[in-house]
Parts: sequence; structure tokens; C-alpha cells
Amino acid sequence: MKKNPLWKILNGIGLLLLITIFALPFVWMISTSFKTLGETMVFPPKWIPNNLLWENFSKAWNSGPFLKYFLNSTIVALGILVLQFATIIPAAYAFARYKFKGSNFFFGVTMVTLMIPTQLIFLPVYLQMSAWGLLDSLWALILPFASSAFGIFLLRQSFKQVPEELLEAARLDQASEWQIIMKIMVPMAKPVLITFAMFSFIAHWNDYFWPLVMTTTDASRTLPLGISKLREVDGGVAWNILMAGNLILVVPILFVFFFAQRQIIRAFVYTGVK
Amino acid sequence: MSLGKARPYIMIFPAILVFTLFFLYPIGYMIYLSFHDWNFISPDKNYVGFENFAVLLKDAKFMQVLQNTFIYSALTVSLTISISLMLALWLNRKGTMYGFVQGAIFSPHIISLVSISMLWMWLMDTDYGLLNWFLNLFGITNVPWLTDPKTSLLSLIIVAVWKGIGYYTLIFIAGLQSIPQDIYEAAALDDTSKVRTFLKLTLPMLSPTLFFLTIIGLIGSFQVFETIAIMTGGGPINSTNTIVYYIYENGFRFFKIGYASTAGVLLLGIIGVFTILYFRLLSRKVHYQ
Repeated sequence: MKKNPLWKILNGIGLLLLITIFALPFVWMISTSFKTLGETMVFPPKWIPNNLLWENFSKAWNSGPFLKYFLNSTIVALGILVLQFATIIPAAYAFARYKFKGSNFFFGVTMVTLMIPTQLIFLPVYLQMSAWGLLDSLWALILPFASSAFGIFLLRQSFKQVPEELLEAARLDQASEWQIIMKIMVPMAKPVLITFAMFSFIAHWNDYFWPLVMTTTDASRTLPLGISKLREVDGGVAWNILMAGNLILVVPILFVFFFAQRQIIRAFVYTGVK
Repeated sequence: MSLGKARPYIMIFPAILVFTLFFLYPIGYMIYLSFHDWNFISPDKNYVGFENFAVLLKDAKFMQVLQNTFIYSALTVSLTISISLMLALWLNRKGTMYGFVQGAIFSPHIISLVSISMLWMWLMDTDYGLLNWFLNLFGITNVPWLTDPKTSLLSLIIVAVWKGIGYYTLIFIAGLQSIPQDIYEAAALDDTSKVRTFLKLTLPMLSPTLFFLTIIGLIGSFQVFETIAIMTGGGPINSTNTIVYYIYENGFRFFKIGYASTAGVLLLGIIGVFTILYFRLLSRKVHYQ
């Protein structure tokens, strides 16, 4: 910026305004979650409630089987991640390091998949899951994402950058292909793997659409669905309880974001630039 | 282990199996269903040829759905991109303060759309919402954001722009940082004005990023669902109903599977066109170094 002090002040005000636009809604969320129902219906609104109503959180949590939702979310997000690693690492290795008949075709198939959004195919997949008797089970939430075209694409790039001499040396030492993958490839690609893991975990942890379509009972519902059902508590909308419930969903992610901001931003921006 | 030539095939098999079962086959099945009339319960799928397509394209409700989707996508993408570009030019600086602001504007991107939607429903509440309180300060009376068909689609666009700006800005910043700095030094030596430098240097250099974000943004907003499902349910009077929500409604509420699949095939076509367009532009991309 210019050295002009007036510019500096204007710039500072601008930055502050920008932060306000993005932080204020969350402050409002926190404020609401501590209010009584009566206090939410005051206009102009009060920023600081008379008493901090901690019980809103337990009310939200106890309005449904939230422990179950929480466990389901964890199993789904982690299960997807484990399966993705198991399928994308060998596939990316094969695409990066082997010359084989049809490799272009199969990589093409992978790239086509990358372009197909889940929002487009939920209906046929739903019918398929129904035919297999997998509807309303965690399998219906995990299996379609057991691999990731995007992950293969990212990982293949970084596997390609591992120098060939390193692999030759390892093969001379009688290392198996499996050992090469685990001892050389994976450690070399660690930053990309972490990036991908964060991207995948956040996406599936937050996902609302797929569980909404695939589940019908609390046995397989996930946290975002449970939170969305808070709206139906007691007829009218209890904004204080609703915001408390959402805070339970948001705070862990924001907390992690606060400490791993650089990595997370990199995870998302990397996907956009590469 | 002597797997020989089979080895790479074994390695890619699990991934390809998943893609085939859950992406490629469903696409084929959806296209098949679009030529049939089926209510999900009856054992028979009646072949009806192109009738679903004919009905769909004559359906006034679907026409409005298409219109909503296009307006939503065009406005969301153009607003997000222009605001983000300005923010990127402004925030592309080193320092703790700028890092913090970048983090703050990015934060909505990692939060579940469920929470974003509910938070904004509350902010946009006609009687007790913060947004109307703020407008009251400027003498504007309460706006029925989500309950008036005149403002409902706009409200969803505001939420999408608010959520998307941070991500777009950071991608633009990454794009700006990949521009070689010596070009700017040359421009500074030539005494080129700031506006001219932006138009003649920065903007062309950013064009790959700009294309990428436009296409990704359009493909993303054609599929908007969560905010609609939670905030408006497609209403009031169909004013926020978009393609994916329409497919969901027809498939899961009215059990018109064939009809819903037809709308899906149409969306597939639209997204396909944009994807091909993207790769065309990408392959024609000017190599400037």
C-alpha cells in the first residue's frame, strides 16, 4: 500500500468491514444459541443474552440420537477415507509407473468419473442400492465413494515425480512392488495424501445430500441430517436450540481450521490450481 | 509374486470397479429410464420413447425451474467472480493481518451447507433477523427475504456468493502469485498506469484461472440443492425450484422415476457441454512463457 496514512486507515477499515461480514453471522449464531426462546423474538435484537442458557446445547443434543449420528458420521467419513486410500494408491501407482494396454482408456474412464457430480446420479444409484437391499445402511453412504477419481489424478501427478533411479535401486535390492509403494511412493507423496485426506474428510463429514437421499431411519443418519431435523422440534422453529445444534456441528471444524488453517486452505486451493 | 502383465490391471481394478458400479452404470441406467414410464413400485417399466422429453420440455413448471437455475447460476458465478477478483487484488499481500482476513473469508467454505443454510435462514428471518435489523438502521423496512417470490432466489444467491467468495479469492491469489514478477517490473519502468497494467497484464495472465473458476462455478451452481432443500423447499410458488431439487421432488415425492431421469439426462447434457467447453478452452490456452 501507499505510505499515505489516510490510505492506511481506509485500508484498515475495509479489512475490518470484511471480517465483520464473515464473522458476524457466526457471532450471531453463538449469541442466539445461549438465548431463551423469548429473547430470540426481540426486535431490535439483543447481542448479549441475560443468562447463558447452556441447557440449549443439551436440549439440542438430546432431541434425537445424536451420539448415534455422531458415530455414523465418523464411521462414514473415516470408512470412505480408508477405502479411498486402499483403492487410489495402487491405481495411481499403476497409472504413473506402468505402461499397459488400455491404460489410456482406463485413465480416461477415471477422468470422466471426475466430471460426474453425485447430484446427477443419485436417482439411479438409489434404485441400485434398493435392489441390493443396501438402502438405509452405512454401506449406501460409503461404497459409492470408496474410490476417488480426483485422488487418483492428484496422486498420479506426485508419483510421476519420484525419480526412476530410486525405484531401480529398490528393485535391485529385491524390494517387492508392494514395498516400493509403501516405503518409497507413499512417504514421498505424503503432503499430497494429507491434502487429499483433509479434503475428503471435510467433504463427507459435512455432506447432507447423499445421506438425505440414501437413509430413512436414525440407524444410519449422520450428523448434518440430525441437525437439519432439529427444525421439526416442537412445531415452530426454536432458533436458540437450532443454533445450539448447529454450533455443535460447526465448532469442531472451525477449531481444527484454526490450527490447521494453512494445510486446509492449501488442500482446497491446490485442488483448484493444479 | 509373479503377477507379470496382470499386475497393473489388478492395481486399478478396485478403483475402476467403484467407478463403473457407482458412476458409469448409473448414467447408463438413468438414460435407459428416461425412455420409460415407471413409478418405482410397479414391476413394469413401460417404454415410452421420447415422450418424457416431450412432456418435460412442454411443462411450464420445468421451464420455470430451468429459468431459475440459469438465473441462479449466472448471477452467482458472475457476482462471486467479480467480487473475488477485486478482493484478491486487494488481499494479495504478506503479513499476519492479511493471512487472518484470508482465513476468515475462507471459513464458510469448510462448514456444512446445513449450518450455512440454517444460519442464513435465521439471519434472513423477516421479523427477528439480523439482516433486516441492519437494513432498519438505514430506514429500510423489513424485507421478507425467503418468503417472497420476488426476493427468494436472490436470497439464495446472496448465500452462495457469501459462501463461495473466500475459496474463489484464494484461488485468484494463487493465480496472481504464479504470475512472474519481472513482467510487472518492466511495466513499472515503462510508467504504465495501474489500470492499464491490470487490463493488459494481470487479466490476460489470470485468464486460465478465470476460465477454470467460471466453469467450475457454473457446473457447481447448476447442481445447487442443499440451500434450497433447507431454506425454501423450492418455494414460494416454485420461485427457487432448480433442476436437482426438481429431480429429487419428482423422484422421491411423486415417484415419477422416468420423468425425473429425463430431467437428469438434460442436466447431464448441460454439464457435459460446459465440461467439453472447458477442455476446449484449456487446450487452446495461450502459452505465455
